[in-house]
Amino acid sequence: MASTTYPPARPVAKPVMAMPGARALGDQRAVATPQAAATQTGIWVCVCAIFMCFAALISALVVREGASTDWRHLALPRILYFNTLVLMLSSYTLEVCRHRFAASVRQEAGPSETPRPDLFPWLYATILLGSIFVVGQYLAWRALEASGFYLATNPSSSFFYVLTAMHGLHVLGGMAGLIYMARRLARSVSIKQASALGATAVYWHFMGFLWIFLFLVMAIRL
Amino acid sequence: MSDTSAQPEVHHHGPPQAFIRKYVFSLDHKVIGLQYYGLALVAVFIGMVLSWLFRIHLGWANMAIPGLQLLSPNGAPGGVMTPEYYLSLLTMHGTIMVFFVLTNAPFAGFGNYFLPIQIGAEDMAFPRFNMMSFWTTFVAFLVLMAAFFVHDGPPISGWTAYATLSSVGKAAGPGEALGQDLWIVSIGFFCIGQLLGSLNFIATTLDLRTKGMKLARMPLSTWAWFITACIGLLAFADLLPGAILLLLDRTAGTSFFSPAGLVVGDVVQPHSGGSPLLWQHLFWFFGHPEVYIAIIPAFGIVAHILPAFMRKPMLGGMRVMIGCMTAAAFLSYMVWGHHMFVSGMNPFSAITFSVPTLIITIPFTVATLIFLGSIYGANLRFTSASLFSLGFISVFISGGISGFFLAQPSIDVYVHATYFVVAHFHFVMAVAAIFGIFAGSYFWMPKMVGRMMNETLGKLHFWLTFIGVYCIFMPMHYLGLAGNVRRYAAFTDNYMIPLIPVHKFITIAALLTGAAQLIFLYNLFHTRFWGPIAPENPWEATSLEWSTPSPPPFDNFGGKHPVVYQDPYEYGVEGPQDYVMQTAPGKVTAT
Repeated sequence: MASTTYPPARPVAKPVMAMPGARALGDQRAVATPQAAATQTGIWVCVCAIFMCFAALISALVVREGASTDWRHLALPRILYFNTLVLMLSSYTLEVCRHRFAASVRQEAGPSETPRPDLFPWLYATILLGSIFVVGQYLAWRALEASGFYLATNPSSSFFYVLTAMHGLHVLGGMAGLIYMARRLARSVSIKQASALGATAVYWHFMGFLWIFLFLVMAIRL
Repeated sequence: MSDTSAQPEVHHHGPPQAFIRKYVFSLDHKVIGLQYYGLALVAVFIGMVLSWLFRIHLGWANMAIPGLQLLSPNGAPGGVMTPEYYLSLLTMHGTIMVFFVLTNAPFAGFGNYFLPIQIGAEDMAFPRFNMMSFWTTFVAFLVLMAAFFVHDGPPISGWTAYATLSSVGKAAGPGEALGQDLWIVSIGFFCIGQLLGSLNFIATTLDLRTKGMKLARMPLSTWAWFITACIGLLAFADLLPGAILLLLDRTAGTSFFSPAGLVVGDVVQPHSGGSPLLWQHLFWFFGHPEVYIAIIPAFGIVAHILPAFMRKPMLGGMRVMIGCMTAAAFLSYMVWGHHMFVSGMNPFSAITFSVPTLIITIPFTVATLIFLGSIYGANLRFTSASLFSLGFISVFISGGISGFFLAQPSIDVYVHATYFVVAHFHFVMAVAAIFGIFAGSYFWMPKMVGRMMNETLGKLHFWLTFIGVYCIFMPMHYLGLAGNVRRYAAFTDNYMIPLIPVHKFITIAALLTGAAQLIFLYNLFHTRFWGPIAPENPWEATSLEWSTPSPPPFDNFGGKHPVVYQDPYEYGVEGPQDYVMQTAPGKVTAT
């Protein structure tokens, strides 16, 4: 006969998950409720899935290049350097916005009714820079077309169009998220909002990181 | 005894009143779970009828099937199917079963319904994504079904859609025009739906557990769904870009998978240097984990059900079983090449894939031995649910043993693409997962619809199905060893003609076993409307779903948050009853 004694139930400490970057990217209190913690977890899970998508594409690129004799290297359009700078700058503007919102939540007198008005220009700037990036990517396509590389011309150009189009679609999704956040933030200040903004920021920074990664791969391989 | 703390209502959406929001575009995880289950039920009967059709053709190649010409005048003129239409039906059978049944029912169906309840949550973390997940899957199903009604019929390239058959378009044969495009679009939608679902499962499990519900106190079924969600997240994120590349090869003239100089129908195809093997790599990197997406939830369901009927916990405790499932999930990403031993890839890489494939048998063997060791000496309560759980173990072992042979390249070269493989994967993955679904259905239906299923019909259903599947799939091993290749519409070679009587036997068994499923269907519908009302805890089980009414209220626990004090399988303990609910505070003394 065995006897098992169970300790009393331990309250689940929140934040449940100290997700990497949660402290750096958001106010710690932004993950103070289970729902907010789930938002943080969700965005990182989402990032994993998107990264896996691109990892599959890049491994396909490496295999396709290695297996073929028809691979023609192409000169990447120069505008991509400009686009990279624009996307990096947009991460900076979003960070400024997020910090100002976090300050609205963190005030000693408790969260204010409305967010600091000076954060909105930075949010709009982020959306604008995102738009400039997307337009810039389109111009890069036109430049590549002008040099005779269409989608089916060569596997290298096929991969260029596929990678940039899929990344661009994800950036557009991020911009939709930013526009949604701009509408939400105008209404009230709360930990939930801060968490949602933090999650949007994680996604947006990941778009920048992913682009630099893709750009490097394309510069080396295509 | 159910201790609940009166925490404030935090449900993020109120109960809907309108019919559309309540039953159609519902945000409630329980409704979404039932929707997935219902979709799987429709899909499984379509898939089964397809298998009947091509099984009849395998036994009696020239027999006209009345009415088949109405479905496809070109594919079955006069009711006799052409070889191409045979392949079309085969493709649709595989696709429907793997994606819309084996993924939908045990993972998305039961998982959506019971994961939040088993961890004491009110709903999934992202109910809107959850609703989108189902409706995306539903659209995927409609798009796939549309392939039956386009001019050339469904694709002929199998559920694996191997390039170049799938990548060169209309020239490759009937069904390779619009039918294959629809297949790819359907799978693309399906991937998006499952990614949204996996996202929800992971975030919900990690962050919305109730007070006291440590990870180690989660029931094994929840663990299985969580692990499956982690696999699915990477697997479907791999198939989606693969499907996009395949679609581009077909529609935009790219050459990802189509090689140079490919001549189809005396016409040189306008492609250059693509690699058909690349598709196989991308597909099987998804495809093997997909097999585990089907089987791990079934494992979890059986591991959750058996203790309730054995009246004792599993041997070795929960951690071993969790470890086995986790190890299998991890290894599932290292073995995809074992599907490609004869594909023409570097022969040295065969060993690289063979060794992890043999290693992956270890966690599954350990898990199976735990099942058997736990049952040994247990005072088992024979119900439909426990019978199907035992059946699961039986067919999993039967299918697993042939896996040892197939994992070794030297043997696989001989039996590859024969009925030996068909027997193997139907036992180990398809029938095993289906038995898991049936076990889950008989076990949880009282909770899901609030009425008890008929046990006599359930047991009759079990025995007919159990004997039936062995009659169908066991002889396939002999066919395979005799060199009977799969995917052939008819057997006209001299050496295969003597095997046709075996095919006839299998066909009759398949028809009878399929007919036996009508018992389940009748039982299900009869229960839904006229079954006896189910009590809160009919099986005297311990986990959280049994501490709430049947069916659970909209927010699962009636506005309260359960507090968890116990491990999930406290059976065979001292006291007035031989089990302790997870919500019961205090000390447990095992007998």
